[in-house]
Amino acid sequence: MNWSTLSIMRLEVLLTFMVLYQLIADLSEKENKRLVINFTIIFFAIITIIGFFPSENTTLFGSMYINDELRMFLKNILNVSTLIVLLQSTGWLDKPENQSKTGAFYLLIFSTLIGMYFMISAGDFLMLYLGLELATLPLTILAAFDKNLRRSAEAGIKLLMSSAVSSAVLLFGLSLMYGVYGTLHFSEMALLTDASTLSIMALIFFIAGLGFKLSLVPFHLWTADVYEGSPMPVTSYFSVVSKGAALFTLALVLYRVFGPQPKVWTMTAYFLSITTMVVGNLFALRQKNLKRFLAFSSITQAGFMMLGFVNNEALGLNTIVYFMLIYSLSNLAVFGVLSIVSNNTGKETMDDFNGFYSTNPRLSLIMLLALFSLAGIPPVAGFFGKFFLFTAAASKGMYILVLIAVLNATVSLYYYLLVVKAMFINKNETPIPNLASTGYEKLALSICFAGIVAIGFVSAIYDYVLTLVG
Amino acid sequence: MNPLLILLIIPLLTIVGIALVKDVTKVRLVSAIGMSAQLVFAFILLYFFYQQRHAGNTDDMLFVSTTMWYESFNIQLKFGIDGISMAVIMLTAIVTFAGIFASWQVDHLPKEFFISLIILAGGVFGFFISLDLFTMFLFYEMAVIPMYLLIGLWGSGPKEYSAMKLTLMLMGGSALLLVGLLGIYFNSAPDGGRLTYDLTEIAKVTIPLDAQLFFFPFTFVGFGVLGALFPFHTWSPDGHASAPTAVSMLHAGVLMKLGGYGAFRVAIYLLPEAAHELAWIFIILTSISVVYGAFGAIWQKDLKYINAYSSVSHCGLVLFALLMMNETATTGAILQMISHGLMTALFFALIGMIYGRTHTRMINEMGGLMKVIPFLSVIYVIAGLASLGLPGLSGFVAEMTIFVGSFQHTDMFHRVATIVAISSIVITAVYILRVVGTLLLGPITNSHYLELKDAQWFEKISGVTLVVAIAIIGLTPFWLSDLIREPLAKMIQTLTN
Repeated sequence: MNWSTLSIMRLEVLLTFMVLYQLIADLSEKENKRLVINFTIIFFAIITIIGFFPSENTTLFGSMYINDELRMFLKNILNVSTLIVLLQSTGWLDKPENQSKTGAFYLLIFSTLIGMYFMISAGDFLMLYLGLELATLPLTILAAFDKNLRRSAEAGIKLLMSSAVSSAVLLFGLSLMYGVYGTLHFSEMALLTDASTLSIMALIFFIAGLGFKLSLVPFHLWTADVYEGSPMPVTSYFSVVSKGAALFTLALVLYRVFGPQPKVWTMTAYFLSITTMVVGNLFALRQKNLKRFLAFSSITQAGFMMLGFVNNEALGLNTIVYFMLIYSLSNLAVFGVLSIVSNNTGKETMDDFNGFYSTNPRLSLIMLLALFSLAGIPPVAGFFGKFFLFTAAASKGMYILVLIAVLNATVSLYYYLLVVKAMFINKNETPIPNLASTGYEKLALSICFAGIVAIGFVSAIYDYVLTLVG
Repeated sequence: MNPLLILLIIPLLTIVGIALVKDVTKVRLVSAIGMSAQLVFAFILLYFFYQQRHAGNTDDMLFVSTTMWYESFNIQLKFGIDGISMAVIMLTAIVTFAGIFASWQVDHLPKEFFISLIILAGGVFGFFISLDLFTMFLFYEMAVIPMYLLIGLWGSGPKEYSAMKLTLMLMGGSALLLVGLLGIYFNSAPDGGRLTYDLTEIAKVTIPLDAQLFFFPFTFVGFGVLGALFPFHTWSPDGHASAPTAVSMLHAGVLMKLGGYGAFRVAIYLLPEAAHELAWIFIILTSISVVYGAFGAIWQKDLKYINAYSSVSHCGLVLFALLMMNETATTGAILQMISHGLMTALFFALIGMIYGRTHTRMINEMGGLMKVIPFLSVIYVIAGLASLGLPGLSGFVAEMTIFVGSFQHTDMFHRVATIVAISSIVITAVYILRVVGTLLLGPITNSHYLELKDAQWFEKISGVTLVVAIAIIGLTPFWLSDLIREPLAKMIQTLTN
């Protein structure tokens, strides 16, 4: 351990300090946690900025830990998303019943984030598993954070059970892998190829294990209940950061470790993509609770992400990362508006949003753009993300898959338009009153808004990701 | 800077302007100024276009500018126009201009209304000047999506149902189109070299036949949905009937033309062998569109439904003529696009104005309007006569050219299809004359009508602009057909080789 190691692992180290700080800050007796909130957010913003400083491409601890520009960029995406979640959570933490939980909330969030860093930087499946557990267990506590609410407790238990199962599946896959390859080191495994049935099973178990976290169909059953039961900031963290980390890990392992033998995982991705898109869509159509609605919509989006995996070249990985970046900002914008509404009024169903435009035009417009971005309507960023994913799949000649995907995108447009319809067209005698949002919430929404509008037009961002993926 | 970009900048500035001003009069004023500027600029562009041609510039596309956008996909911001695009740009500018004045009295959320309307128009302008399939697709979707709010918020009748149906069907169409475009892209360099979305580049290569046969239906149907191709036309009657006046005008007048334009420029022109091979299927479908649309119009009692079905018929004729793939017929098709665009916009404008006075669109509830609102009624008669193809008005020129062109095919199949399509003229005459007869002539059925006021100034601007355009095309069609024929001749030559 020396200074250069510290600078390579700076995000992990700084975040560990943040965790320690939360423990100390929680000791203070003060009722008002405003100071802790401000300090945490400012300090985390600084960490986010530090993440963008150039970094060395190297490995540590006998290549258990890998650092390169791409991994740094992925962590930065997670950091920005987490920062937005933290900004959005201020309104929720300000509520009197939540003030005592401030320290615990931050502590758990940062612990999971450290876990996710290790998942992304892992150079060995054991390291990956360690990160995964660290990223998952605190999330179950977060899901059960509204401890007086029955459905929140239910969400916690459900998540715990399904994570345990998924870990077991993943571990089983890993043990098979060790049996086949005799090693769990990425750098060594990448040199070996093996087409035996056992290695195929191992890979499929591994994908299934991460499929739980990504909520791919048929591993999605926990998603809707957990999203609905958890507090809003936690749901938004689930749907963006936790999902992003799982996606990035899956992508890094498949492209970097199993890159030489793509046949199995591209085919798996082909079928997972179809089932996930179709089932996610069918269930999303009839949801009235917006959190459940977003749960199924995020399942559908995961299905679109799987499209990229059909292409085992740089184009595939690149479009996946690019899409995730756009999806994060769009989804966070939707959750930003929802959490403002939910904090002030406690309303979460679609009908509550009837006539929302007449009282909250700005929030409605941001919501409109974010939903269009999720649906892939130009000129907002989602269009570009989806178009390039389709391009990645089409470049492998998978036109039937692309056709199924574009038709699913049309179906998804239907339910996104239902929300638009509620906000703009439906009449309501008692619409949600004009809501005042705090500075933090405004900042969060502005970041999302700027990203949604600008990313598509600035082709440099796409090219930058391409150079990283190489 | 490319002068064509001004066609996008003016709408953008207008939108910003509308967003900045407060009260409704200023919103109207800003929109009117913006779209007048757009119309004036379209004329200036036409002037420069002619000037370039007279100066001996024989490039396929004029005012071409290329900027690389997404390097790794070879997506370019490539703009340029030829005679066909010039003609449809003029059409769009005129209809948008008339549309703004026709919606002068929108008082529910006027700001949002005009902004959405202008986004729609901007999308259409962007589509017509794009030479890159990616940007073309982008503008195409941008033009379609504001329709949802425009119909859903300001429409009438079962507006939410219609808005959703229209948006989903058109987006479903664009989903098919996307598959087609990706297919064209990945086959755009069969001999190696860089893949491209560039229309003019792809036109130079020969895409492998099996790929053409696979992707032609996707592309053609994708655009065909917007061009009201049977059996994908069902969004059109409901959508048009529920839409507010200006939206019906723009949609039937301009947006549906994107279908025909794209079907020709992308589907037929880039995939010519498949087009020859598969044309018969679509000729049958479009013949059905033409006749079915006309019959559909006879059965309707609601003025807007009559006009919507008549649009299905007329737009079917556009696709029908394009599939004939000879110079005369395709010239006729583009003429019909322009003519129908102006005509149907005029119809919808008039229907909106009449509805605003009588509060009904059912023809059997009205009568004798000629005596009380002569100005509007006379224009209605003119539009009707243009629609049924009376010589001297634009409809005649277009339809005559189409039928002469399609009769040039000597085989049985094309002859029969042409005869079937021609029969629609008679059916059109039936419903047009019936409407004119019951609606405008005869005794005044309702004493309340005696108090009706004739057109106001903004309605006159809207109506007169369109009538003048129709008459000019009808009386001196040659400048327009020359404009269209020149690029078409080249394109048809490539098609037949």
